[in-house]
Amino acid sequence: MEFSMPSPTMTLIASSTVGSGGAASIDFNSIPSTYTDLCLKFSLRDNNSQSQNGIFISINSSTANFTQKYLSGSGSAASSGSIARFIGYSDAAAATASTFNNGELYIPNYAGSNNKSLSGDLVQETNATAAYSVMSAHLWSITSAITAISLIADTASFVQFSTAYLYGIKNS
Amino acid sequence: MNPTRIEINCETGVESIIELTDAEVAELAVQAEAAAARKAEEDAKAQALVDLKASAKAKLIAGSPLTAEEADTLVL
Repeated sequence: MEFSMPSPTMTLIASSTVGSGGAASIDFNSIPSTYTDLCLKFSLRDNNSQSQNGIFISINSSTANFTQKYLSGSGSAASSGSIARFIGYSDAAAATASTFNNGELYIPNYAGSNNKSLSGDLVQETNATAAYSVMSAHLWSITSAITAISLIADTASFVQFSTAYLYGIKNS
Repeated sequence: MNPTRIEINCETGVESIIELTDAEVAELAVQAEAAAARKAEEDAKAQALVDLKASAKAKLIAGSPLTAEEADTLVL
């Protein structure tokens, strides 16, 4: 009997770990178009003075043509709204020391010729009454293939040991 | 010196650390204002709900009639 290795359906394209100097953004460029979907997983903390701080995205270096809806829970209340390119919160300086958020962005059909949809699922980690969880849905009303995506700290810098991993997904 | 960003070329795997331009720093400041406004709005909503629940509880204990908004906070 002969077995063949199945093709991997989830492949690491690139990753980054922030160094001691920090980084205002983590930018993945020259993303190959050989997958069906993209999955970006990350663990982030930044140096904003609050417990949590917003993370935004850009695509192909563009911050235009985005629409968004989010649902947020703080631990005591839920809220919803619309803030273009906002995907949720990273841990920040007042959060429990050495904790990082946990998040994922999923981008189906990123290389296709239709407008691009994205979904985000982020949780903040801190030992406090308030800790935010945010789910978000985004539309980038541009038909170009996605070749670059950035995670951007909101007027702050991601701190050392923050990580981001970009995976390509194939359906076969 | 402005903050830096990390750029990863997915084809080559090369990672570069690049200083932000003044325009990029200004763009981040605009984002910060929007985020601060959003956070204030969320905090106000959360506090309003806490206050409403406290008011409903106090009225229940006192046997006083609740407003519709207060009653909504108690419906399971």
